Amino acid sequence: MRKPMQRRTILILGIVLFAAALLWLVFAVWPDWLIDAIGRKKTFVNTLLNGITLGGLYFLVASGFTLVFGLMRNVNLAHGSMYLLGGYIGYEVAEATGSWFFGLAVAFLAIAVSGILLQVAIFRRMEGDELRQTLVTIGISIIAADLMLATWTGTTYQFDTPDGLYGAIVLPVISVVKSSGAPVFIKYPMYRLTVLGVAVVVGIGLWLFLNRTRIGMMIRAGVNDREMLAASGVNVHFVFALVFAIGAGLAGFAGVVGGTALSIAPGEDIRYLLASLVVVIVGGLGSVSGAAIGALLIGLAEQFGLAYFPTYGVVLTFLIMVGVLAIRPQGIMGTR
Amino acid sequence: MFGIERNSSRYPLGINPAVLLAAVFLIAYPLFASDFFTFQIGAYSLILGTIALSLTMLAGYGGMVSLAQMTVAGFAAYLMAILGTNSVGVMGLGWPWWLTVVIAILGAALLSTFIGAIAARTEGIYTIMITLAIAVAFFYFVRQNYQIFNGFTGFAGIKPPTLFGLYWRDPTPFYYLALAIAAFFFLAVRYGARSTFGLGLQAVRDNPRRVRALGINVFLHRIVAYFYAGIIAGTAGVLLVWFNGRVSPGIVGVDMVIDILVIAVVGGMRAPIGPFLGAIAFVLLENFAIDLIDRERFNTVIGLAFLLVVLFSPDGLLGLWRRIESKIRLPRASARLGVRANRGDWHPAGSSERM
Repeated sequence: MRKPMQRRTILILGIVLFAAALLWLVFAVWPDWLIDAIGRKKTFVNTLLNGITLGGLYFLVASGFTLVFGLMRNVNLAHGSMYLLGGYIGYEVAEATGSWFFGLAVAFLAIAVSGILLQVAIFRRMEGDELRQTLVTIGISIIAADLMLATWTGTTYQFDTPDGLYGAIVLPVISVVKSSGAPVFIKYPMYRLTVLGVAVVVGIGLWLFLNRTRIGMMIRAGVNDREMLAASGVNVHFVFALVFAIGAGLAGFAGVVGGTALSIAPGEDIRYLLASLVVVIVGGLGSVSGAAIGALLIGLAEQFGLAYFPTYGVVLTFLIMVGVLAIRPQGIMGTR
Repeated sequence: MFGIERNSSRYPLGINPAVLLAAVFLIAYPLFASDFFTFQIGAYSLILGTIALSLTMLAGYGGMVSLAQMTVAGFAAYLMAILGTNSVGVMGLGWPWWLTVVIAILGAALLSTFIGAIAARTEGIYTIMITLAIAVAFFYFVRQNYQIFNGFTGFAGIKPPTLFGLYWRDPTPFYYLALAIAAFFFLAVRYGARSTFGLGLQAVRDNPRRVRALGINVFLHRIVAYFYAGIIAGTAGVLLVWFNGRVSPGIVGVDMVIDILVIAVVGGMRAPIGPFLGAIAFVLLENFAIDLIDRERFNTVIGLAFLLVVLFSPDGLLGLWRRIESKIRLPRASARLGVRANRGDWHPAGSSERM
């Protein structure tokens, strides 16, 4: 048995070594033996960036999911449907008005309102009965998926990337040095990096909202003890509806952001529901910072799985989930 | 589950005439039903009912709502194609049918135990999330994996054996096979609930903390329950692959996973007959919704039906029936009060602990 101090030192040392190795892998020009072992550097760096940006997207989706759960103990399995509906609504509005940003705003608001409606009309009636709430959200997601299929058919929709975010930028990372001695730099789509930026901004915004505002304080109090919050004169139903609106709105927001980075089509709702589930199981239910860690891990696992062992890619995600559950059943940042 | 057992001595021979009537009807069914009704409606309902029964057993008696039961059944179906013979030319190790069946069922039971070992570390609502995540991950895995599971196409040409001069995929023999298996597991669950293990499991459902304090191994009870549920689902999965003659990722897709939950919830999780009622309602709706509305919108209908049941009759068709029954038979109403009083206890194991 080691003392806790020593264990922490070893942990920090491990993290520093890992970060150093990663930085070297990204910035150094790879020697031949490394290329022989794990392939071209371009593949690696692109996969790494794809993984991080996908993690950012997953964070946008999962943060709403985990926020709603943290306060209301409500596992909203219709969260994926909200993502998809947000994407469709955003697409329609963007097509009609020609403004991508307007589509984004409308998608956020529309899904936020649908979240409030769900909370007021259905979930408030069965407060405390988590299983029934979960079953209701399953019923809603079945109907929503079918009606969306009826309205928007099975076609895949692709947003036009907004002006200014179009094209690729050259990163200060050398992929190979040509025989003539000229270095080749890696290019990466501008929009993907923007997704990552948006995720970081949303993450910081959520943190500030939860930790630095009065309503955020009420929400945190509600997470700890719902009854006590109500007893101290706070209108909990208002707080619930607000949190549900933010959580759902984030899903709709992510629908447009993700629909532009990738595409929107039937079945995406399940994909993002799975992502949200795994992210919050790994990160810890109800924890926003846990969702960030989980999203990064799962995004990276998915992209590296896809690039390096295609037919077993899903297994990697699954193994991470099992591994975390085996060591910390409550998730990395979870408390119970 | 059964708060108070019915007093069986009220009936001659100790058997409720309604049960006797139902048994006679089920046995005589193929004599007057057409092949379509025997096979597509009868046998299919029994198979889906058996899969849902494994969920009812876990959820109703163990308080663990596992959405991965269809995955377990689908895994058995895949094992049949991989170890036995198929007409696709991928895998198909050609094992004799009896060995394939045994290994497929055991394999499914082991998968179920493994899923249980992951899920049983957490409680209540977490179980749903974890099992759903496992089910979806399995679906993506078999769809991507061409080496073992033949990816998107799956396998075809999986046939039951010809035995005793009967081809077991003919409607009537297959119906009786499905009926025998369904009846066996129905009775096993019904009587198993009153065994030491069954009672222990129900105690774990009601209050895991107290049971743990009594020195009973909560985790072990849950795992064993998953193992039994895996045997039930796996056997039904073998029947399912014989019924379809093929297996593809669609069978473990989210739609099917949710359908099993719908069947179990719509039927009612309070008694082992529930999933079979739910399955009959589901299969009839699936086949005849065509006449009512557009075939394309079947999922909306089934989703609405599910939503209505969850919103207005949380204990399903079974609960609906009992409520009607207790209104009709007022004189016996007082005797049922005890049953009613126990009715509010259907919660996931976690909720009672968390307050």
